[in-house]
Amino acid sequence: MNYQLYILLIPLLPFATFVLLGIFGRRYFKKSSGIIGTTALAASTVLSVMTTYNYFFVDGKVNGIYQKIVPLKYTWLQFSPNVSIDMGVLLDPISVMMIVIVSFVSLMVHVFSLGYMKGENRFATYYSFLSLFTFSMLGLVLSSNIFQIYMFWELVGVSSYLLIGFYFDKPSAVAASKKAFIVTRFADLGFLIGILILGFYGGTLDFNTLTERLTSAQSPQLIGITTASFLGVSMLTWGLTLVFIGGAGKSAMFPLHIWLPDAMEGPTPVSALIHAATMVVAGVFLVARLFPIFSMDPVVLNIVTWVGASSALIAAIIACTQTDIKRVLAFSTMSQIGYMMFALGISGNGGEEGLGYMGSMFHLFTHAFFKSLLFLGAGAVIHLVHSNDMKDMGGLRKLMPITHLTFLIACLAIAGIPPFAGFFSKEEILLAAFHSNTFVYGIGLLTAVLTAFYMFRLYFSIFWNKTSSPALPKVEGFEHHNEGTLSMKLPLIILAVCTVGAGFIPFSKLVTANGTPLQTQLDVMFSIAPVLLSTLAILLAAWLYKTENEKPAIIAVSMGAFYNATAKKFYIDELYLFVTKKIIFNLIGRPAAWIDRNIIDGCVNGLANVTGTTSNIIKVVQSGKVQSYALYFFGGIAGLAIIFIYLWK
Amino acid sequence: MNEVPLTHILFVSTALFFIGMYGLFTRRNMITMLMSIELLLNSVNINFVAFNKYLYPDKLDGVFFAVFIITIAAAEAAVAIAIIINLYRSHKSIDVEDAAQLKW
Repeated sequence: MNYQLYILLIPLLPFATFVLLGIFGRRYFKKSSGIIGTTALAASTVLSVMTTYNYFFVDGKVNGIYQKIVPLKYTWLQFSPNVSIDMGVLLDPISVMMIVIVSFVSLMVHVFSLGYMKGENRFATYYSFLSLFTFSMLGLVLSSNIFQIYMFWELVGVSSYLLIGFYFDKPSAVAASKKAFIVTRFADLGFLIGILILGFYGGTLDFNTLTERLTSAQSPQLIGITTASFLGVSMLTWGLTLVFIGGAGKSAMFPLHIWLPDAMEGPTPVSALIHAATMVVAGVFLVARLFPIFSMDPVVLNIVTWVGASSALIAAIIACTQTDIKRVLAFSTMSQIGYMMFALGISGNGGEEGLGYMGSMFHLFTHAFFKSLLFLGAGAVIHLVHSNDMKDMGGLRKLMPITHLTFLIACLAIAGIPPFAGFFSKEEILLAAFHSNTFVYGIGLLTAVLTAFYMFRLYFSIFWNKTSSPALPKVEGFEHHNEGTLSMKLPLIILAVCTVGAGFIPFSKLVTANGTPLQTQLDVMFSIAPVLLSTLAILLAAWLYKTENEKPAIIAVSMGAFYNATAKKFYIDELYLFVTKKIIFNLIGRPAAWIDRNIIDGCVNGLANVTGTTSNIIKVVQSGKVQSYALYFFGGIAGLAIIFIYLWK
Repeated sequence: MNEVPLTHILFVSTALFFIGMYGLFTRRNMITMLMSIELLLNSVNINFVAFNKYLYPDKLDGVFFAVFIITIAAAEAAVAIAIIINLYRSHKSIDVEDAAQLKW
């Protein structure tokens, strides 16, 4: 089967939409831009599914092992005979899995936005940005070269920036978009240096070659990178750690997570697409893409594990106290990505050791569905209530039955209740953790319990709690828009079906660290503890939040300082502000500004002053008096005559 | 009749030249200045003709030069007078000191 014919179309269709809508959208396609974007993306989704089907079931497998196929490669910048930046397509289990997730979730978001963003003034711009994002993300997951992935990495950052700041007349949205861009950009600096280190020692930027060279024990490149060291740490560790910093920034891992909650200022469907299902898992994808190299270095794997585990736990704790529903979901996203990270960290590269890797990818897959479902459900709720705050909600279950049902399914999935998707993937991760590191397993279990608690706190606060429906703002002509249009309900239903079904995909046979199927089945006895604890947490949430009562407030007061610290997100934002405003500004910013103002500007101004003064002195020669000009002229002639006659020998 | 020696003619042309220069620098009236320039040009003409006659009697190059200079002087006088007339229309004066706006 020849992939070349259509695989390029998968990213290029959204790109074409972006160009079309970006240039002509506001003038010619004001109403139809949504349909255009959705149609192009639907085609792209069909092609992705075809590619994936072909890869997994027709020709991806050779001798029972899934191959890394590079159907297209074009050398773009040649640095030396060996090192070049290529533009190519790399197909392996994780990239084909990702193109399905990205195009499918993006399609759902496109459809949802038809209703959600209806009547928006910059409707066409919105769709062109969405297309840009989809293009960049598809390009990112298909990249065959580490520099190519870096370019698309920055492109998703830009489209995320544009979409967070979509309501640019809102100061908080502008601040949030800047924050997201700067924090991730800061992390990307690490990524870039990491790329350069790996590329320098590996002698190539191509993924396959790089992986091959840095994982075979006797290769000169591996010996070179492990023996070279800086500050007592080998260059392999440095390179991988720096690459991981880039991934951690994009994936909102502690302590670079501060941009993610603020990113919720963007339109809700955007949050569902970018900040839940696709872009934020790019960091996990990156680690997975380079996983064979990561597995060569236990130190870096340890870093990955602990960053992931601490992010998972901290985010879960913070999520319990937030009242903005999108922020709860944002912290929940961070927590789940922490899950995926530590699953990678505890995984080994081959055979049954690779359970963590497989669990991580599985969780990435199922998480994309139920988290985008949660966000879209939250979007529908916000669309109705016109508020993000839980306190303004309650008792909505009769008003929006479909949203209620799908939201409940997603909550059960994320809480890990069988038979929903989240259960299967989470069990794999916990099982892997249990076999390799009991302490991490404990953190994972605690996080799972907290997840169940805060998700059902959210669920009960939105849909139960108050007996009567809240006073909804009356909008002229919209008396009956309780659940939004069909285009808003349809994605919810489709995603809910996926959330129920995704867990039954035999993932261990398809996506594994080295392409060989795993022989893992779920251990029923092992699953009892997490499921039981999660159920208890759900019951606790029901007891506290199902009806309106004083219990949560009392508990909050009795927790005292700890509750306040959690509600303030452990003062991490304040810490960042302190460091940037007080320390960096005073110690670096101000001296630099002084040097700029006095020394640099001084040089330039001095030059200008000297020129000005000199001109003032000599300008009197040009007096406007014809006779004096004539005098100079004759004087000059006389002078030349003297020189030529008497001095020129 | 003895021929006039070359030095005499050169003396006349030099005198003419410096008279012209004196006029150019001292007079403020532009018509007078223009006349002084004509003196300068004619002193040069005399030199050309004289040198041609005394040094290369069988050639006419110097005479041709003189003819060219006379032609150009006529054109130059026409242009200069046109400028002076325009200046008079705008400034109501042909004093060169009054026309010193073109400066820094």
